[in-house]
Order: sequence, then C-alpha cells, then structure tokens
Amino acid sequence: MPTNITLQVLRYLPEDGGEPAFQDYEVPLRADWVVLDALNHIKDHIDGTLSYRWSCRMGVCGSCGMMINGTPVLTCAAFLESFAPGPIRVEPLAHFPVVRDLVVEATDFVNKIKDVKPWIVRETEKPLSEGEFRQTPEELADFKQYTMCINCMLCYSACPVYGLEPGFTGPAALALAQRYNLDNRDQGNQERMDLLSNDEGIWSCTMVGECSEACPKGVDPAGAIQRYKLAGAADWWKSLITRKGK
Amino acid sequence: MAYTLHHPKWHRDSKPIFWWVMNWASIAFILRELTSVAVAYFAVLLILVYRALQLGPEAWAALVSMLANPTMIAFHVFALCTLLYHSITWFNLSPKAIVIRLGRWRIPDLLIAGGNYAAWIFISAVIAWAYVAS
Repeated sequence: MPTNITLQVLRYLPEDGGEPAFQDYEVPLRADWVVLDALNHIKDHIDGTLSYRWSCRMGVCGSCGMMINGTPVLTCAAFLESFAPGPIRVEPLAHFPVVRDLVVEATDFVNKIKDVKPWIVRETEKPLSEGEFRQTPEELADFKQYTMCINCMLCYSACPVYGLEPGFTGPAALALAQRYNLDNRDQGNQERMDLLSNDEGIWSCTMVGECSEACPKGVDPAGAIQRYKLAGAADWWKSLITRKGK
Repeated sequence: MAYTLHHPKWHRDSKPIFWWVMNWASIAFILRELTSVAVAYFAVLLILVYRALQLGPEAWAALVSMLANPTMIAFHVFALCTLLYHSITWFNLSPKAIVIRLGRWRIPDLLIAGGNYAAWIFISAVIAWAYVAS
C-alpha cells in the first residue's frame, strides 16, 4: 500500500488573469482521511493560498461539494482510499461560475430555491387559538424525503439540462416545491404550479436521473419532478375543461 | 444604504457539445432517447398503412411488397426491439410519476407498473382480436 496519494487540484486565481490550471499536491494516504481532510492538510501544511468551502465535515451542511474524478460528491464523505492509488482530480462543482479555486458562485441556486416559495402558503391563516396543524405519520411520509435536502448543489452539477440551460429551475428547487405541495398544511399548490409549469420549470427536465444518483441524502428529485409533471398535465387539462386560462 | 454586490472575475465553463460521451450513464440516456425515433417511425408507418388502405388494393399491394423486402424486415425487427425497449423502460418509470393512495395504503410501485403492463397487454389483445375477427 503506498503511503502518499496525489491530488490534482484545479486552481483558479482571478487576480493572475489566467485560465484555471491543475496543481499537484502529494498528501499522506490515511485510512481515516477523506478528500476534505487532504484539502485541509494542503491548506495547513503545503499551500495556504488554496481556497475551498467547508464547515461541518459530516454530511450535514452541504458546503464541501466538489467534482472528484468528474463526479459531484461531498468531499467529507469521499475516502482517499477508495481512489487509491490515485491521482484524485479535484475540481469545483460543474455548471456554476468559479469565484476562486474550488469556490463556486451560488447566487443563482439560492434565487431559484427562493423562487419556488419554499414555505407553507395558506389562503387564510388559522388563529393561534385553534392550535397546531395536525399531521398523521402517513401524511408526513408523503414529503419527508424531500425535507432531507441539504442544499449541497450536487444535483445541479450532475444535471446536464442545468449545464446546457442555466435558466432551468433545477432538481433541488423543484423537489423542494414538491416538499411543500405534498404537505397537507400547505395551500400554495396552484401558485407554485403557475410559476413552475413552464419551459424553464418542470418541462425542462428530460429525466436523465443523475440528480437522484448524485444526492448524498437519498432524496429523489427526478421522481419528484416526474410526479410534478403529471400534476402539471392534469392541471393543464383541468384549465382546458374549465376554460380557466392563464 | 444600498448593498453593492461584489463581482469578482468569475470563470465560466461552457458545456461541450459531446458532453454525453463522458460517461456510460449519459451514453445510456442518449441511446434511450434515440429509441423514441422508433416510436415516431411506427406512428408514421401507421399513417402510411392507413393511406394505402384508403387508396385501394394496388397501393396496399405495393406497400406490402415494399415491406416484405428482407432489408425492410430486418430494419423493422430492429425498430420493434428499440420500440419495446423504449416502452418497457417507460412503464418501469411510471411508479416515479404515479403515486396513488387508497386511504392509508399507498399502492406499491410494482402494482403501478403492473397496471400499465396489464393495460398495454389488454389493448394489444383487443386489437389482435379485432384483426383476427375481421
């Protein structure tokens, strides 16, 4: 077993005016180290100029997503040993603008999340005196998997549609919309449908399915979008019959 | 005071036109998408068959003789296989889109896909019966 492994890290230094280029770093190949540990080792002991995002290092915060050998993963869950003997190619998340080294610009993603109204919409608010909204375990099970999303953006890097058409609302945001649509306390279904049943919303998805493969939390955005499409088609027929129009 | 967004010089990569040859999952996806051409082709063939029937016995005989050509038979066997692959993968995906609850019971995925297959077989059987009966 080798004692070291090489990380080929894509560096982008905007102040230098150059194009991104790979830089090799040799790090100890330890059984308990993940790629994020290796990056921290580089930052602390080899090259302090390397920039990347991380926080919890335990698959909860969703900050440390990067492309490892071309696949979007959380670097805190990618053990070095599984890539031995290497080298390991580390790049910023695909389909996002790169600010510096492995740091991507996430404003587009954040805006898309906000646009789907990810909160409980009520037609009329219930007075506090009436107590809480009750929900059975089955009703909770309907949408619970979609609440597991940690906004790590891996699904956006895995989605070729988002790469080709950046206007696409994208997997995580659409799954989040479904999270609220399927919540029996929510009444914003129609509002979201009017926003998302269009060419940049649910109908952009071609069901590649890579978003669900990439998700580190077992969410199935591809399934959520297909379910949403069926609801969208039903809504269209309904509007045709009732001549509601849009 | 208005907040001014900081805009450093970002690097943007454009997606190469042959992005889909980079991994097997993407290749399989594109191949599956291409099988939809067979679906469209059989729809066009149905229209041609209908038109030949409408034009009379000569047009019908000409179409049948063209389709009886060994190259055409080989082509149609291939097209039918891709059509079946497209249909089967479509039906297998149906539980992703169709979620039905009966009270507290959620109909299992197997039954949803099975229902689609049953409808497919039933409709095919009705068409076959109508053809044989005529």
